[in-house]
Amino acid sequence: MKIIKNIIKFGKIAPVLLGLIAFSYCGKEKPAETESSVASKGVGPVSSVTLGTLNEGMAQKGKLNFETKCSACHKFEEKVVGPALKGVTERRTPEWIMNMILNPIEMTQKDPIAQELLAEHLTQMTFQNVQESEAREILEYLRKMDKK
Amino acid sequence: MILIGLGYGCKNGAATAALASDAAKRVYVAPGEKDEVYAFLSGGFSGQMSVYGIPSTRLFKIIPVFSVFPENGYGYDEETKNMLRTTHGYVPWDDSHHIEASMTDGKQDGRWLFLNANNTPRLARIDLRSFETKEIIEIPNSAGNHASPFATENTEYLMAATRFSVPIPQASVPIENFSKGDFKGTVSMVKVDPKSGRLSLELQILVPGFDYDLSHCGKGKSHDWCFFTSYNSEQAYKMIEVGASKNDKDYILAFNWVRAKQCLDQGKASNFGGEYYRNYLPENQPAISEKLSGVKMLQPKDCPGVMYYMPTPKSPHGTDVDPTGEYIVGGGKLATVIPVHSFSKLMEVKDKPEHRSGTIMDIPILKYESTLAGEVKKPCLGPLHTEFDGKGYAYTSCFVSSEVVKWELGTWEVEQHLPAYYSVGHLSIVGGSSKDPYGKYLIALNKITKDRYLPVGMELPQSAQLYDISGGKAELLSDFPTVGEPHYSQMIPAKLLMDKAAKIYPLEENKHPYAIKNEKDARVVREGNTVRVYMTQIRSHFKPDTIEVRSGDTVFFHVTNLEQDFDIPHGFAVGGAPEMPNLLIMPGQTRTFKWKAPKPGIYPFYCTDFCSALHQEMQQYIRVLP
Ligand SMILES: [Cu+2]
Repeated sequence: MKIIKNIIKFGKIAPVLLGLIAFSYCGKEKPAETESSVASKGVGPVSSVTLGTLNEGMAQKGKLNFETKCSACHKFEEKVVGPALKGVTERRTPEWIMNMILNPIEMTQKDPIAQELLAEHLTQMTFQNVQESEAREILEYLRKMDKK
Repeated sequence: MILIGLGYGCKNGAATAALASDAAKRVYVAPGEKDEVYAFLSGGFSGQMSVYGIPSTRLFKIIPVFSVFPENGYGYDEETKNMLRTTHGYVPWDDSHHIEASMTDGKQDGRWLFLNANNTPRLARIDLRSFETKEIIEIPNSAGNHASPFATENTEYLMAATRFSVPIPQASVPIENFSKGDFKGTVSMVKVDPKSGRLSLELQILVPGFDYDLSHCGKGKSHDWCFFTSYNSEQAYKMIEVGASKNDKDYILAFNWVRAKQCLDQGKASNFGGEYYRNYLPENQPAISEKLSGVKMLQPKDCPGVMYYMPTPKSPHGTDVDPTGEYIVGGGKLATVIPVHSFSKLMEVKDKPEHRSGTIMDIPILKYESTLAGEVKKPCLGPLHTEFDGKGYAYTSCFVSSEVVKWELGTWEVEQHLPAYYSVGHLSIVGGSSKDPYGKYLIALNKITKDRYLPVGMELPQSAQLYDISGGKAELLSDFPTVGEPHYSQMIPAKLLMDKAAKIYPLEENKHPYAIKNEKDARVVREGNTVRVYMTQIRSHFKPDTIEVRSGDTVFFHVTNLEQDFDIPHGFAVGGAPEMPNLLIMPGQTRTFKWKAPKPGIYPFYCTDFCSALHQEMQQYIRVLP
């Protein structure tokens, strides 16, 4: 029921989305990410993030939240429900990561990378009632994991 | 006789109704658009409450209250089964009649709904954020909690009066002693905590052994009072349908609850027996069930001024107070007039001996004419219940002639007869029992549906009918089948509720003793022959996902749904489990599935609420070892 509802909610976009899923799913090759999409900030409340040197305190808080709300679907080294997260802070902009955490449904409707990830993993990423400040802390934790 | 022609059995009536040609447009709510009003209908013998949108009359939800609900596990799981505990044991069903909405200053405030259980006397509170039953209190010293739960103007108290008088305290006496005064009724005052909504039984008043039917409390100038109808003032105990129809009048009991509280505070109530349960469901924790004993009981003779009887034409059902608080409208199934009592007159005459015609158990009986404001003459057959539109009109349902009559307060003139299909009981106008009706829509809650729908065997759905009362003449717009008997309803404007509806249980606030908030805490713990499985769910898997137990173990699956997204419950069902149905676990919630491990083998468990593209893969196995 829920999947159907999500699609209906974004009624006008749905045919396009379905097309994309079908295309990406059936296509043998994944289309390469373009320069512009790699630099994409995604769609959502976060338009600009300034990264400083790694903040250990924030990363620690981010770890706790990650374990409660994200780890059921994401590991670092292997794909589980969602993609493996190792290196994510190098693949995506900080804005894109935070928007994906804060606004996953609209991201999978409108952002080309997120659309492709949905087509690959086929499970809609859930919004886990994460506040913007908490998403920033999770980002800090992801940065820390990438620096290891 | 013309009236009968209008009603049940008359095919012309149905044809007339179909002529309202733009009715379809007025109930049409386009896809994606939302309804204007929530209608909450009690389920009568289903023991539940259902939620409809008005004007579309689409069914949105069934809220289990007094009856178990296998669809989501209410009344079965370790968290909610204690909600149905009573002094008679676990009672998984009831007969639910009257819904009351919480009010502040006489206006609907959208916090709670209250519902009665008639059969095993109980009262429930339903939270209007989660649309879930949060508390059930048993009413002791009562047999049949019918005249209930009617709220005072600020929801200070809920009133509950007994339908079937019995010996109080209970005793096995000859039934013919009914008419010798051995049988009594009670009126209970259940206090509502203004912040939390928690219920407590503060006082009971012992009243004559009649059958107490309905109630409504005053507003404005009549704030201090509640009014109860009673029938069988003859105290017949055999062939009651005949025996209780001898006198030409029964009574409306006018009860000054503020005075009763005063007498309680002055120590005039005495300690009395009576055991009862109070079951409370804290947010996302197992229900807390307490057994309490003893009540404060007040005798009317010890508290002068607390009660008066107003005679009222035969077998009164409804007693309804208009939005100004001045008029108390009676409705008698066997009456030929609708009597309207005046609150001001009641105040003027109540303590003057010349206006009295006697006493019953020291409760003064006033003369009929002394409190009468007027009568609506020959309105229909079997006038029953009245609601108000806030524009000076009253609408009364007529059970026998199957119609709704619109009449004017003050002139007592009938303005309109509206056919109903068929045998209408209660009515509901949006906010119609409050000080400030929102008006616009009226629904008639009917008992019989013959010939309105496709036949489906001998039992037809009961039905409700929607009328538009916004214009000069009321018009029938549509009818819809209901869940159980649509006994009574409260309708609340959507804007008062929709933005407050809860979306998730926040995980960080989950205080369930067996919750885990993190997959890495998922585990199986053995304590002798008891096995506790601390389990999580998220699209689309369980943790732990393979489990081994021994045959005969008692297994508790404490399942926490880790989702924090609106409308993503997960289900939990185990193959062949004989005692537990499905559980639906809301986002952030923990619920417990108790399972006696059967004979050795492999047993699947799975998610029952379609949750994602990989929903079908949300399945695992339990191995039962010898
Ligand atoms: Cu599921």
